[in-house]
Amino acid sequence: MKRAIHVAIPFIVAALVASACGGATSGGAKPAITIGSTNFSEQLVLGELYSQLLEANGYTVNRKFNLGNREIVFPALQSGQIDLEADYLATLLAFVDKAATGSTDPKQTAATLQKALDSKSLTVLDYAPAVDQNGFVVTKATADKYKLARLSDVAAVANQLVLGGPAECPSRPFCAQGLKSKYGITFKDFKALDTGGPLTVQALTGGQIDVGLLFTSDSTIAVRGFVLLDDDKQLQLSDNIAPVVRNDYLTRAGDAFKKLVNAIAPKLTTAELTGMNKLVEVDKKDPKDVAKEWLKTQGLIK
Amino acid sequence: MTLLGDVVRWFVDPAHYQGSDAVQTRILEHAQVSGLAVLVGVLIALPIGLYLGHTGRLGFIAVNVANIGRAIPSLAAIALAIPVAGTLLGVQNGLGFWPTLFALIPLAIPPILTNAYVAVRGVDRDVIEAARGMGVSEAGILRRIELPLALPLVLAGVRTAAVNVVATATLGALVAFGGLGRFIVDGLALQEYDRLFAGALLVALLAIAVEVAFGTFERAAVSPGIRLEQGAL
Amino acid sequence: MTPGEPLIRWDWIVSHFDEFAFRFVEHVELTVIAVGVGFVIAFGLSLLILRAPRAEGPITWVTGTLYTIPSLALFALLIPYTGLTVITAEIGLVSYTLLILIRNIVRGIRGVPADVREAAVGMGYAPREILWRIELPLALAVIVAGVRIATISTIGLVTVTALIGQGGFGFLILIGIQRFFTTELIAGAVLSVALAIVADALLVLLQRRLTPWTRAA
Repeated sequence: MKRAIHVAIPFIVAALVASACGGATSGGAKPAITIGSTNFSEQLVLGELYSQLLEANGYTVNRKFNLGNREIVFPALQSGQIDLEADYLATLLAFVDKAATGSTDPKQTAATLQKALDSKSLTVLDYAPAVDQNGFVVTKATADKYKLARLSDVAAVANQLVLGGPAECPSRPFCAQGLKSKYGITFKDFKALDTGGPLTVQALTGGQIDVGLLFTSDSTIAVRGFVLLDDDKQLQLSDNIAPVVRNDYLTRAGDAFKKLVNAIAPKLTTAELTGMNKLVEVDKKDPKDVAKEWLKTQGLIK
Repeated sequence: MTLLGDVVRWFVDPAHYQGSDAVQTRILEHAQVSGLAVLVGVLIALPIGLYLGHTGRLGFIAVNVANIGRAIPSLAAIALAIPVAGTLLGVQNGLGFWPTLFALIPLAIPPILTNAYVAVRGVDRDVIEAARGMGVSEAGILRRIELPLALPLVLAGVRTAAVNVVATATLGALVAFGGLGRFIVDGLALQEYDRLFAGALLVALLAIAVEVAFGTFERAAVSPGIRLEQGAL
Repeated sequence: MTPGEPLIRWDWIVSHFDEFAFRFVEHVELTVIAVGVGFVIAFGLSLLILRAPRAEGPITWVTGTLYTIPSLALFALLIPYTGLTVITAEIGLVSYTLLILIRNIVRGIRGVPADVREAAVGMGYAPREILWRIELPLALAVIVAGVRIATISTIGLVTVTALIGQGGFGFLILIGIQRFFTTELIAGAVLSVALAIVADALLVLLQRRLTPWTRAA
């Protein structure tokens, strides 16, 4: 017993130290990279896209997916626990700089975003045409009952309705906060569920909420026959998808890395993204496989 | 530390005692689902454990149920409870209270069942033989001899179940339940560490309160003679 | 649940064995480190309690309080300090093992009959020898019982670490929840419980080997 313990201690300590040092990079022209993602399925697909493209070109990728929402993942990016994550232009801008104004022009939003990221030593790379925004949906029954087709229709009856969405919704300018300031909508109550995921869907079907936050690239809306309320006053701005990467990694990896990652952007349209989402959410295919198929079809990997 | 200061400030803020997310509402929700889960657990596990202990049957299973119960990942139990609740009680009850309750009951059962079994098995065989010799019925033996002697260990089992349930009920927040888990889950999502810490603190206090309550109840309920013999806990 | 989605898609299970293997290794690593480190710490604290009984109160109080903190909260509170790493998961997991391990080590050693100890003293054993060569072997059954409980609890708790980016089989459970994919969810849960059962059985075998004299009983 005594000997067993004496042998075990250094082994255990070494294992502990080794796993803690897992994030250390190996240097060289293609330095190892840690890619993170937030916690909904589209993010897993995006994370896989970048991971597999880099791996196919000789990079070592450490995946840290499904960490939580942006409140958790973005600080991880700032502190260096991850090097790259895929984000959405206008929403990230609002998150990083509450006073900044994004616009419906992605080029302008990207430029404003980069300015806000400069002080954080981060760079936003090329953005894709693919857009994924907050979409507020109701069941067909609710839409018929209150005659709702656009978000402006909601203001009059909002005090009878319950909103459901991710926990951060009440404080987000493109969510409850923006609904209040732009549309004058104050809901009866808010229920924290998940990020446009099955809890929100279930709560809508089960009647625990009346209005749910889903994402416009989510195939569930069509599959379930939900009604997506039209954003007639343009609360949502250009939420194009773009990868954000740490400057110190960029310096080490150089232009070859930048060029490689930017190859994805022009090919990623909203239709392509929604298609991939459907494969994952409805057909239950693995994000890993869906990403691989797409990269192959686009000629980005063999 | 500023975290402590933030937490104190959080507790002192009157806004946290109003609305649907009020502290007292969450405590009540948490206590309700926990209490109900333990109650149902007792109603199911106690008779079974006592019976198995009295007859000595299925001992291997009875003793190991507690161990395996510990291994069931509560996260999975709560997630699986969603379709169960939805199917049994309709989709409108498929989130929140019911799946949380359904997931907590299997958590409460193992410690109660195992302790009841071990407690009854542990009663001195001679005493039981003497009672049989005196003509006491089987049910009478269980009720008047085994149960009182087994009470301390049984209560300890219920206490363990209660504390486990109170701590695990926090996961209910992941399936749209309220309770104190709401502060923890939302606090984590929003990176509001004062809220998170406040929630954790309240749960810990609730669990400690349960421990103390059971301790007092045990002292009152267990006959002094038995306590002396078992070397007072 | 998505309409028309079966409870379990067997083809998915068959095609994902490599994923299961990966998560298995992750789960086992997290568990072994937690119970190993926990045992070392618990052993040290137990010796302290046996030498200085007054330490028992405070130590039990601290480890007991740690035990009542809900696991998710404990992991979450560590994040600002130790990040979304294995270390965060391990600190939490180790904390939960301490109460049961200390309780069983102390109880096991205290359970050694007083006359055995007296006989050893009479035969000239030094206190150190008494601990390592007499008390510990006799306490082994109770100690291993504690290790069994700690191991199984840890295996269950590792699944919660999925919420902070770790997880082992818990990762499958969490993704299953997020994708409303019951197959993945059930696979994660079943594998986790199976691992616990196997670990428990192995520990029982280990205990029987270490204490051959109890087999006669």
